[in-house]
Formats: sequence, C-alpha cells, structure tokens
Amino acid sequence: MSKEHKNYLKKIKSEKIIIKIIQILIILIIIFIWQYAANKGLINTFVSSSPENILKTIIKLHKDGSLFHHIWITLYEVIVSFILGSTIGIVIAAILWRYNFIFKIIDPYLTVLNSMPKVSLGPIIIILAGASTKSIIIMALLISVIITIINMHQAFKETDKNKIRLLQSFNANKSQIFFKLILPSNFNNLINTFKVNIGLVFIGVIMGEFLVSKAGIGYLIMYGSQVFNLNLVMTGIIILAVMASVMHYIIIFIEKKLF
Amino acid sequence: MDILKIKNLRKTYHTKENEFLAVDNFSFNLKEGEFVAIVGPSGCGKSTILSILCGLDKPSSGDIKYNKTLNFGYMLQSDNLFEWLTVYDNCLLGLNIKKDLKNKNYVDKLLKTYGLWDFKDSYPSNLSGGMRQRASLIRTLAIKPDILLLDEPFSALDYQTRLAVSDDVYKIIKKEGKSAIMVTHDISEAISMSDRIIVLTDRPSTIKKIYTINLENKKTPIENRKDKKFAYYYDQIWKDIECHV
Ligand SMILES: Nc1ncnc2c1ncn2[C@@H]1O[C@H](COP(=O)(O)OP(=O)(O)O)[C@@H](O)[C@H]1O
Ligand SMILES: [Mg+2]
Repeated sequence: MSKEHKNYLKKIKSEKIIIKIIQILIILIIIFIWQYAANKGLINTFVSSSPENILKTIIKLHKDGSLFHHIWITLYEVIVSFILGSTIGIVIAAILWRYNFIFKIIDPYLTVLNSMPKVSLGPIIIILAGASTKSIIIMALLISVIITIINMHQAFKETDKNKIRLLQSFNANKSQIFFKLILPSNFNNLINTFKVNIGLVFIGVIMGEFLVSKAGIGYLIMYGSQVFNLNLVMTGIIILAVMASVMHYIIIFIEKKLF
Repeated sequence: MDILKIKNLRKTYHTKENEFLAVDNFSFNLKEGEFVAIVGPSGCGKSTILSILCGLDKPSSGDIKYNKTLNFGYMLQSDNLFEWLTVYDNCLLGLNIKKDLKNKNYVDKLLKTYGLWDFKDSYPSNLSGGMRQRASLIRTLAIKPDILLLDEPFSALDYQTRLAVSDDVYKIIKKEGKSAIMVTHDISEAISMSDRIIVLTDRPSTIKKIYTINLENKKTPIENRKDKKFAYYYDQIWKDIECHV
C-alpha cells in the first residue's frame, strides 16, 4: 500500500471519528443547557421537565418494576404488527401481481385507503375489536399494510421483463417466476419497505395506546399528561426515541448481514 | 434434413388504437446443424418470429412443423444473469426450473470446457462482458436445446468485445452441434456467422430474399470477415435493406 493511499484511508477514518464526536457533543450540550436552565429557573420544569427529573423517573419506574413492563408491552405490539403487516402486505402484493385482473378492480380502493388517515378508524376498531391489545395491533397493521401492498406490488410489476421471458422460455410457471426472480430481485425494495413499516407501526401502536391501553409507552405518555406529570411524558418520549432507533439499526444490521 | 418447417406464419397485434400486421407470409425450413440469420429493419417483427417459434407467443395463423419434440434455447439481448446467484446457479437455472438436475454433469463439463469452472462460485458482477455472455450461453445449452434462438445476442456489447464474443459463441454452438436462428441488424455479423440469411421487409415482415452464404473459404466469424466474397454479400444485403429506410 502506498503512503498516499494510507493517508487517504486515514483521512476518511478520522473524519468519521470527528463526526461521531460532534454528534455525541450535540446531545451532551443539549442535555447540559436543558439541565442548566432548569437549575437556574430559566424554564419551568413543571412543563418542560429536566434531564435530572427524567433520570429519576426512569429509576423510579425501574424500581417498581413497571419500566420494562411498559417497554415490553409496546415492543410486543410493535413486533407483532410489524410482522403481520409486512407479511400480509407482501402476500397480498404477490396475489395482485399474479392476478392483474383483481388488481385493476381494487386499485382505486387501495388509493383511497392509502390517502385516508387510518387513525380516524380508531373508534370503529375499538367498537369492533374491543378496548384491548387487539385493537392496537389492528390499528398499527392497517397503517402499514396498505402502503406495503402498494409499494411491493409496484416493485414486483417493474421487474425486468426480459428476465421473465427468459424463465418462461424454460417453461417456468408463475410461482417459479415469483420465487426465483420477482422476490429475490426485489430484495432491496423489501428492506426499504421494512424500514418504512417499522416507523409506521410505531405510529400506529402509540396512537392505539393513546386510545385504549392500560399499559405501554403510549399509555405512560397519555397517563402522564392526564395527571400533569410532564416528567412522565418526557420520559415516555425519550424511551420511544431510543426504541425506534434500536429497531432501525437492527434492520440495517440484518441488511448488511444478508448482502 | 429439415428439423423445423414454418409455413405462412402470420401475426397480428392488437392495441387499443388499432390492429396491425407484424409478420406475414413467413415460410422457411431449418436444416439440422444450420446457422440462419434473420436481418431486417428494427421494429419489423424479428423478435416476434423468435418468440412464436419457442412458444412464448401464439401465431395468428400459419403452421409450424417440428420433426420431433424440439427443445428451444432462447438467448436474449442482454445476458440476463441473476446477480444474486453464483455463476454456477445461474447456469443451472433452466435445469432447476425443469427439475432436471440429471444434466448437472453436462453443465460442469461446459463450464470446464469453456473456461468458467474457476469462476463458478463467483457472482456475475465479477465477470467480464465476454465471460458473462459465455455464462449465459452455457445456461441456454444446459437444457440441451435442439435449436438455439438468439435475439440480437451481442448488441449490448462494445464493438471489440462483440467481435470476440460472437467468434466465441459461434465456435461453441458449432462444437456442440446445435442449429441456430439468430436475429440481428448487423449485416456483417450475419454474413460472418451464418449459412443462410433471411432478409425481411419493413412491417409487416415478409421475406424479401434468402441468401445462401458461400464464402470462398469458410472459417471462423472473424476470419470470414476477410473473405473475398464478404463485401459482395454485404453490398447486396445493404441494398435490400436500404430501400426500406
Ligand atoms: N405484445 C405486443 N403488442 C403490440 N405490439 C407489439 C407487441 N410486441 C411487439 N409489438 C410491435 O410489433 C412490431 C414488431 O416488434 P418486434 O418483433 O419486437 O420487432 P424487431 O424485433 O424486429 O425490432 C413492433 O412495431 C412492436 O412495437
Ligand atoms: Mg427485437
């Protein structure tokens, strides 16, 4: 390796480290200013809470054993609706790819369902499914499934026509074409859909928990706001941010592993 | 011996705006081991003819007679290798679909003979343009086709590679003793490779002329380009196509 190339690699590496350091610094500075303003009475901690109060709240929740209970409930709902939403969406997209006639019939309904705010269906879902975890999962599922169908069907349809002809020249049937070509060639789109879905499912689950639940991070935030405990609200929001980013990185990790 | 007899083939396409005749009155017989090129202006219906022959498309009328059940190997413009499969799995694609992995040894043999054995576990992105084309040909040969249908197989390649690859592919086809029908709009390529050339008219495609290529000294495609009679055929076919531009 030439010296020049070594320097080049070094430069890339050091830039990466500097960016990481700045990113961490930004968070630390925000926390510091927030805490400082709270201590000096510059902001009203009753409304805006403070890092110290949030930490205390987390410790308190952990001590009475409810912290991981709430996290687990939300996580469970997110995972179940993510898996259901993605699977059902992909299966339906595959069916629509296979039977274009059905797609033509339901196309306008999909468009309408997609542009409609699914949250507005909340009350109906609760009446039908009861004020339970089931309602929350149905809500999150609805939000993610329609867009999955639309995106994946579009991607399936855009698969290289020449490759399809090639398989047909080997007398491949539709299901062979799907599993040998359509699905693997759309791997990228699949991962992107998963990334979008994880975000959407989170929205659905938290909305659902706002409406019906007796546990979960959404419930924590809702309960906090009802009893004017803004520390609890802030704590809930911070936990959500951490959960969402962990999920995101897990998907990126899986993506890297598979490529 | 004729292994394929096509009589009065006709294909009409229907679109929302109109219907039009793409191929009309197309008749010819293919001899065993023969290499036939079809040349004609673009959009005249050459691809249509090939896809009808291998059963991907239905003719509107006409008659195609095979002397036995024929196996067609179809090779399209780009190599269409699957990037997520290894070279080996790409070559086995047809056999996998036909659930006929008895022929696996034949693929091994082809890969070894044509210099791809060392690359069998690589992915297509690591192959050169020429090697990709060879892999694509092996994938087609794997199903032991009686007739190869080549639809502008080299047009995605740059000129230099194209000459080398067409030489390569030609030798392989001859060595494996296959009959072939190749569509191209490159007149030189057609003359350098084929025994006969079918010149088509503009749409609807009918046969304008059929040339039997009798070069002074028939060798490989690259050598054939230097043949004394090459220019003669080139001029003739050029004139046939030119008046339709
Ligand atoms: N499925 C189809 N439906 C309607 N028109 C078609 C279809 N396939 C091809 N065509 C038309 O038929 C004509 C001949 O096509 P093609 O056989 O691909 O020409 P070539 O291969 O000689 O360039 C073109 O004008 C093309 O647009
Ligand atoms: Mg064509």
